[in-house]
Amino acid sequence: MNETPGSVVNVTRSLAGDAWSDLRRNKIFWGAAVLVVVVLTMAAVPSLFTSADPASCTLGNQHKGPSGGAIFGYDFQGCDVFARTVHGTRNSIQVGILSTLLAGILGIAFGLTAGYFGGAVDAVLSRLTDIWLGVPFLLGAIVLSGRLSAGEKNDGVMAVTLTLGVLTWTSSARVMRSSVITAKSQDYVAAARMLGAGPARLMFRHILPNSIASVIVVLTLLLGANIATEATLSYLGVGLKGGALSWGLQIADAQSYARIAAAPLIWPSAFLAATVLAFIMLGDAIRDAFDPKLR
Amino acid sequence: MFRYVVRRLLQMILTFFGATFVVFALMFANQDDPVQALAGEKPVSDSLRAQLTERYHLDEGFLGQYWYYMQGLLTGDLGRSLTGREISTVLSEAWPVTLRLSLMAIVIAAVIAIVAGVYSGIRRGSLFDNGVLAVTLLLLAMPIVVLAPTAQLVFGMELGWFPATASRNASFYAMLLPAIVLATTVVATELRVTRTSVVENLRSDYVRTARAKGLTPRRVTWVHVLRNSLIPVITLIGVDLGTLMSGALITEEVFNIPGVGLKLAQGIRNEDGPMVVGFVSILVIIFLFVNLLVDLLYAALDPRIRYE
Repeated sequence: MNETPGSVVNVTRSLAGDAWSDLRRNKIFWGAAVLVVVVLTMAAVPSLFTSADPASCTLGNQHKGPSGGAIFGYDFQGCDVFARTVHGTRNSIQVGILSTLLAGILGIAFGLTAGYFGGAVDAVLSRLTDIWLGVPFLLGAIVLSGRLSAGEKNDGVMAVTLTLGVLTWTSSARVMRSSVITAKSQDYVAAARMLGAGPARLMFRHILPNSIASVIVVLTLLLGANIATEATLSYLGVGLKGGALSWGLQIADAQSYARIAAAPLIWPSAFLAATVLAFIMLGDAIRDAFDPKLR
Repeated sequence: MFRYVVRRLLQMILTFFGATFVVFALMFANQDDPVQALAGEKPVSDSLRAQLTERYHLDEGFLGQYWYYMQGLLTGDLGRSLTGREISTVLSEAWPVTLRLSLMAIVIAAVIAIVAGVYSGIRRGSLFDNGVLAVTLLLLAMPIVVLAPTAQLVFGMELGWFPATASRNASFYAMLLPAIVLATTVVATELRVTRTSVVENLRSDYVRTARAKGLTPRRVTWVHVLRNSLIPVITLIGVDLGTLMSGALITEEVFNIPGVGLKLAQGIRNEDGPMVVGFVSILVIIFLFVNLLVDLLYAALDPRIRYE
């Protein structure tokens, strides 16, 4: 790429354009994208898929087989498994997206600052990142989420979102830092500096747009991982709780009765696995498009 | 090398204090009335309150309590859980079970990853390679909370091939299903890394030289290429340890194996703060040490890697 100050915008666009033309021909990308759209629709308007109320449960229906609208049958409490699974999508997606955004903002802020200023600032921020990476992820999440989700009226949605965001920014910070260091030494940055651009303008106008692509790729993959972790935390009892709907909670509840009724365990598991798979495949396809070297 | 070791040690000490400080701060912030928590629902008399406050240094403030916590941690005294048992006793009973489970999982994962990774690296683009890549993608997308209960349901209950639960003195066979489940959490990444480094090494000059010397293809692959391809895989063991820990937590909970993970999960469910913090602190220390060892091993294994 021969980057001159005037063509910065064009270069960015053509990289994205390249990636897009790659993606358009990728069948896996389309498969994943369709699945993601279905899941997002389910999260936004669950009533499109089921008219049953997930909270109305009749003990008389306990572990009954499929009937009428309840195509997956009923669970131990006599709740409609299909309705609960569909309505559980929203929490999973919401926690996944918000926590990934939070992780992205933190990671970009840390990475940009460390990479741009270098020296002592970089040393301090990099050591901080090391400390963060020194805590085994799920253990940190258990302690933090358990703390934040304490309380009777707390359904744990905010707690899990904050926990995941605060604990997973490190990978995007590292990626951001190294691409900022590369971008910083480019000619167009030197030219902008000579034209009198200050640090803020250099960072946000010139360096940020040129180093953000790799972080976006990391974040897409993180989204799938965060959805899976939310289910894990909920399963352990330090995630979503109380009346909140969550696939992880459904799995935890159904597991004790799996021998009697498998459907309440199988369906939330299948939805969770399909959602995570969709986001991971999407991330994989986007990464391949942006960075053909890794293929 | 010496300077690298020293720097790495200093960094680990810093991380150790940082990580334990964070864990302790969260626990400290968590307690509303620790004396009442100790007594349960019973009313606490003033004299008992004073006695407990004295014993647990509750009047020392945050930094004072952190000091006692660190002291206990470094001398192996983790205090008592809310059920009144010494946490170090619970831990010493639980860890052999977890160690056995994890070692089995590590061996299973390594064997599958290396054999399948090398084959798909050699036959890049073949049906086998594409199949393996698809399977690893599926495994990467399977959260352990999905995999463990489903495997238990299908292989343990419906098909009845394996026992559905495993006790403390479980036979090798009873541990096999949980170990396979745990292995699947790490096998996909290990396999992909093996495959990629085999692909890269096959293109390298020393492989061309070995072939030119007239060595058999088998010797070139399984001796020359494999040795060099395993170096990046070894570093993964350190990273994988964190994954294995979280995997063991769920696997032991699902299969009811009385290891560290199950005890920790029970501690979480019973809101047993001291127990959770004690276990987490020890696991953080183990994690840091293994990562240090792996880093040093990495530097020793590959002389091309020079740390200043």
